[in-house]
Amino acid sequence: MWDRIVQEAPDFFTYYNAIFVLQAMGRTLGLTVIGCVTGFIFGFAIAAIRSTRARALLPLRLLVTLYVEIFRRIPFLVILFIVMFGIQAVSRGISLFAIALISICMVSTAFMSEIIRAGMESVPKMQREAAEAMNFGFMRTLLLIILPQAWKVILPPGFAFMVMFIKDTALVSQMGVVELAFTGKMFVGRGFSPFLVYGTVLAGYFVMSYPLSRLGAYLENRLATSRSRESIQRVWTGPGPVQSEPVGEQG
Amino acid sequence: MNYTFQFGVVFAQLPYLLGGALLTLEVAFLSFWLGAVIGLFGALGKMYGGRAIRWLINAYVVFFTNTPALVQIFFLFYALPDVGVLLTPMTAVVIGMTLNSGAYLTDILRAGILSVRREEIETAQVLGMSGPQMVRFVILPHIAKTIYAPLSNFFIWLVLGSSMAAIFGVEELTGRAINISTQNLRTIETFAVIAVIYIALTFIASIALALVGRWAFRVRARIF
Amino acid sequence: MNLSVNKGEVISLIGPSGSGKSTFLRVLMGLLPPTAGEVRIDGGRIDYRSRAQLRAMRDRMAIVFQQYNLFQNMDVLRNVTIAPIKIKKRPRADVEREATALLLKVGLAEKHHAYPDELSGGQQQRVAIARALALKPEILLLDEVTAALDPELVTEVLDTIRSLASEGITMLIVSHEMAFVREVSTRVVMMDKGQIVEIGSPVEIFGSPKEARTREFVGKILRH
Repeated sequence: MWDRIVQEAPDFFTYYNAIFVLQAMGRTLGLTVIGCVTGFIFGFAIAAIRSTRARALLPLRLLVTLYVEIFRRIPFLVILFIVMFGIQAVSRGISLFAIALISICMVSTAFMSEIIRAGMESVPKMQREAAEAMNFGFMRTLLLIILPQAWKVILPPGFAFMVMFIKDTALVSQMGVVELAFTGKMFVGRGFSPFLVYGTVLAGYFVMSYPLSRLGAYLENRLATSRSRESIQRVWTGPGPVQSEPVGEQG
Repeated sequence: MNYTFQFGVVFAQLPYLLGGALLTLEVAFLSFWLGAVIGLFGALGKMYGGRAIRWLINAYVVFFTNTPALVQIFFLFYALPDVGVLLTPMTAVVIGMTLNSGAYLTDILRAGILSVRREEIETAQVLGMSGPQMVRFVILPHIAKTIYAPLSNFFIWLVLGSSMAAIFGVEELTGRAINISTQNLRTIETFAVIAVIYIALTFIASIALALVGRWAFRVRARIF
Repeated sequence: MNLSVNKGEVISLIGPSGSGKSTFLRVLMGLLPPTAGEVRIDGGRIDYRSRAQLRAMRDRMAIVFQQYNLFQNMDVLRNVTIAPIKIKKRPRADVEREATALLLKVGLAEKHHAYPDELSGGQQQRVAIARALALKPEILLLDEVTAALDPELVTEVLDTIRSLASEGITMLIVSHEMAFVREVSTRVVMMDKGQIVEIGSPVEIFGSPKEARTREFVGKILRH
């Protein structure tokens, strides 16, 4: 095995292959970042809608709740398939990358909305009441009172989710989008040692994901209050805590 | 657009698909419990082990939580034959997901163990509890309460994550859907049906876990 | 229940826990709809389904809560000035000048840029009073403002309210501090089970209550 790796390494680690892998990493990162930013925007809208109380908005609340519950409970791979075949049934002119991006945004919206909602709910109800007594409207309460207090609770799991998403985008390689995991498949197809190839791909993911998860853990320790941990653990937003430091005593 | 939905051909295969759902749960169960064993040793090692052990466990956790499970399994499945280890798809997937979940569970379990407060142990000592009594009545209930919600979430994550086994040809729910759709060419309908099955599966799991949590540990888990 | 408030009056609501005193204030503030009956202001009935009417009503009142409810993300000055600037659309310079005067009045002139979590409960409550006064309410509602405070901090808050009373600010006070109620009130309202039992001057209520229910309550309280 080592012989093969040593023998193939000069052919594998060429300038053009490196460029190719770096481009693929860029695409993975692009999918993740665009997905998370879009997810944040729409997720915020959903969380805001779900925080309303007006009876007239009940159908809308039910609709977005249904959306969130559905998309958090279907495997990403299955969503990819449905979106891909659904779109291709309508139009053939849409690129695979775009289809992957649409699927990613749909899923990240659902998860981000839960993270944001948990953050918003961590703000004591009395803050809302005080604002209401002072005649703050819905948007003013949200933007001036709730969000400035909720972001500390939102950011750490937000980063943890982004790390998770970098990894989840690997699945879009299955539809033929040329991102990092796809390069692995391709190089192995060209006959390179799978050890060498997948080792490199794993290293590529690690390089992207590790700094982000460190940042997330750092933010978690800097910003976290006891109520943030409570509230975020109660909802299903991802594979659980990924912090590297102890949670410490409760309460 | 002129697409007529035909669910009949998919419904005819429902028993076959539900069989796949069982396999899905099996993969999730296996990787959860095997991962929990790794996680328990990992958590204890990380807390009480020597420097070398702590470093090793840390490296393991950091590596597996920062790389995709999919590529890890690719590695197991395609690279290990080079050194003479041939794995069936099912074994490769379960080993990969177990190693992956072991890393996450190390962190979750450690957080649970660390959540036990000194005051509680002191109180138990004052009350004259023996060692095993303390573990049974104070320490374990506390740990269970702390980690129950993250563990439940993690299990659901594993149920969903196990769908990638299909990529390696394991005939669990997603795998069987792929099988069917290549025959009946009703891809959207087939995947819509398994999407509903996944939703039902995770809902049942959520509700069951919430009920068990309430009953056994008085955890107020929420389903929505 | 029927209660009319005249300008410059200090009315105190007393009564056992759960008698509806705080609920009454919340209904007045438009935070809860009345379950029965109606609220009239200047003779006009308030429609709780009309946002415009609720806004108009809240615009004339301000409330200080038991738990202070200062906005945790803003410093003291901003807590006091935000509503006049953002909601009442008044010029910032004017509002800040008034806020400075108000903070001086409640004895927190040097705390402009402190955040709520850096202040003691008594200081927070005094900021909350300044925040309510900055709205220039026609009536100031005080909902058990000392109930959450440590005993040694109660005096500073009561002193503040006392000085407001002497300035002729119309106030509706819910309080369990009977000595204080007796001292500052122009009228005292005894409530029980959501109903007004008796209204009278402090001398009447505490000295010679007419109703048995009042006698019993006052007797119990004063014996402490």
